[in-house]
Amino acid sequence: MARKSMIQAINEALHQKMEDDETVVVLGEDVGIDGGVFRATLGLIDKFGESRVMDTPLAESSIVGAAIGMAINGLKPVAEIQFLGFIYQGFDQILCHAARYLHRSQGRYSIPMVVRAPYGAGVKALEHHSESTEAHFAHIPGLTVVIPSTPKDAKGLLISSIEHPGPVIYLEPKRLYRYKKEEVPEEIYRTPIGKAETVREGADITLVGWGGMIPVMQEAAEHVDNEGVDAEVIDLRTILPFDVETITKSVEKTGRLVIVHEAPRSFGVGAEIAAIVGERNLLHLLAPIQRVTGYDIIPPLSKLEDYNYPNSERVVKAIHKTMEF
Amino acid sequence: MYEKDFLKQLFHKIYTIRIFETECIKLYRQGLIRGYFHPYVGEEATAVGVCSALAEDDYIISTHRGHGHCIARGAQIDRMVAELLGKKTGYCSGLGGSMHIADVQAGNLGANGIVGGGIPIGVGAALGISIRKEKKVVAIFFSDGAANNGVFAESLNLAAIWNLPAIFLLENNHYAVSTPIEQSSRNQNLYERATGYGVHALAVDGNNVIEVFEQTKDARQMCIKGKGPVLIEAKTYRHGGHHVNDPGAYMPKDRLDYFKSKDPVTIAKKHLKEQGKMSESEIEKIEKEVETTMERAIDFAKESPELSFAEFNQMVMGY
Ligand SMILES: Cc1ncc(C[n+]2csc(CCOP(=O)(O)OP(=O)(O)O)c2C)c(N)n1
Ligand SMILES: [Mg+2]
Repeated sequence: MARKSMIQAINEALHQKMEDDETVVVLGEDVGIDGGVFRATLGLIDKFGESRVMDTPLAESSIVGAAIGMAINGLKPVAEIQFLGFIYQGFDQILCHAARYLHRSQGRYSIPMVVRAPYGAGVKALEHHSESTEAHFAHIPGLTVVIPSTPKDAKGLLISSIEHPGPVIYLEPKRLYRYKKEEVPEEIYRTPIGKAETVREGADITLVGWGGMIPVMQEAAEHVDNEGVDAEVIDLRTILPFDVETITKSVEKTGRLVIVHEAPRSFGVGAEIAAIVGERNLLHLLAPIQRVTGYDIIPPLSKLEDYNYPNSERVVKAIHKTMEF
Repeated sequence: MYEKDFLKQLFHKIYTIRIFETECIKLYRQGLIRGYFHPYVGEEATAVGVCSALAEDDYIISTHRGHGHCIARGAQIDRMVAELLGKKTGYCSGLGGSMHIADVQAGNLGANGIVGGGIPIGVGAALGISIRKEKKVVAIFFSDGAANNGVFAESLNLAAIWNLPAIFLLENNHYAVSTPIEQSSRNQNLYERATGYGVHALAVDGNNVIEVFEQTKDARQMCIKGKGPVLIEAKTYRHGGHHVNDPGAYMPKDRLDYFKSKDPVTIAKKHLKEQGKMSESEIEKIEKEVETTMERAIDFAKESPELSFAEFNQMVMGY
């Protein structure tokens, strides 16, 4: 096994699935000769040629629409949107068509496609370049929404996503692309969709998050560990459908829950998790559920980015508040 | 023949953009500017030619590669550097950065990071002009990548059926990031697309400021007479990669050399010498003046404060 970064793991998954299955094709802006602006598709065009690795014009609506068309005609397209914030023209195709085809055709057309996009903070740019809009997609019945936080999961989840019979929105936390390297198995393997991972076990409080927030939560957990608070950290990994079981089991044990996300607070995925835990675990709860989130604003520029996105300090504060309730 | 003062003004603007960009690239490399920075180096004559043909109360709408448009339209470079540095004294209090400078007083309707995003908005502004029966135009800047986006077709058609006073300024720099137009368009004369919508369209040498100026002037006249819209394809080229950190390795050297040999700065200087009869030393004086203004702008920006956490909080709590 070799140590790989998340971007290398994603690249490897694409190489191996394209080798493994000739119906897998890749399309998007600058995915060919340039290897993608973050280098996720590096080397694919040399190995698989222009007929399977397509540099498209700047046309998100057609990128997604064409992927749907290929998917209903025997291919497994993996479309790249350069940044999640540039997806909105393609969002029309996702919402109006990709998510509905199976239902509309009463099970006759499934859409085995993946839309990959980098999301969230990490490049100190603003607005569309840094936003975290997983909730938009999580609100669409018919979609699967996946967000890895480690190189190993990135590979396993991408392979599962490509093999998934329905449309998958696969979001990549760009701040973790090169954050760390870890052992990634050489072979093709699958990380199950819909299953959260408990990345740190603890008895006193449950922290739930995903993607770019996992290292922040881990740091906060280490911090409060020194104070004698034993925090459990859950990496959701799939946003839609999310792993209710793992969360509720954990809250049954700890009685306390803090949810962390980069996205704006209002109507975020955190609200849905809180609602479910409220429905299922009311009598287990020892304190109100806390959310540590981005503010309800447009992602601001550079320095202000640090104010907007949750850091471990803010998570620690929420843990204290919950513990002291 | 053109007045010496006019030619001087063109050169001054073009050189200001060049110096602004090259100096800000240095600031970027020093880590003082964060995020993405798309230089306009090599394309200066287009913005300057267009904006010099506009009237004071006309409008422009800009793009992610918008510094040149702002400067050509009369923005103060000190406030622009401040914006790029994320300072409170910037045009958008440092919240917009490189890609979102809006200068209301100069009739600059704003830039944004969505490629093609400004095209229909510009059409809407032109519709406002038309409804109020004003004698103004909107110059809508966008590049070849945006011309491949659906929004271009929709906007062109709307402007055409409503005879809007809009000048579609297609800055064809031959690339959308790494994708060359040979690969994204079967017909590389992009202006011919407009003809299909019944829109008057033409191509100009985007590196020659006088040519751009003349064609824009005519287009403006057509628009004012109710014969708009017009599409102008300005053929030009970036002198480097898509953004500061893109080495542009995919750009063929001979093409790059060809366009560098047609540098907008050199061409504007030539106009100034040949038609304006200006001496080398007089030109050097202009250059020095521009460089000094830029130095001051950088000092101003560096010394300016950032938004504080309290101010950020206030923004979070509501405008
Ligand atoms: C809708 C959208 N898709 C993708 C991007 C990412 N992106 C930024 S600039 C760019 C290329 C734009 O090419 P063009 O319109 O020719 O403008 P140029 O950079 O040449 O000025 C791309 C793909 C974006 N900003 N917006
Ligand atoms: Mg271009």
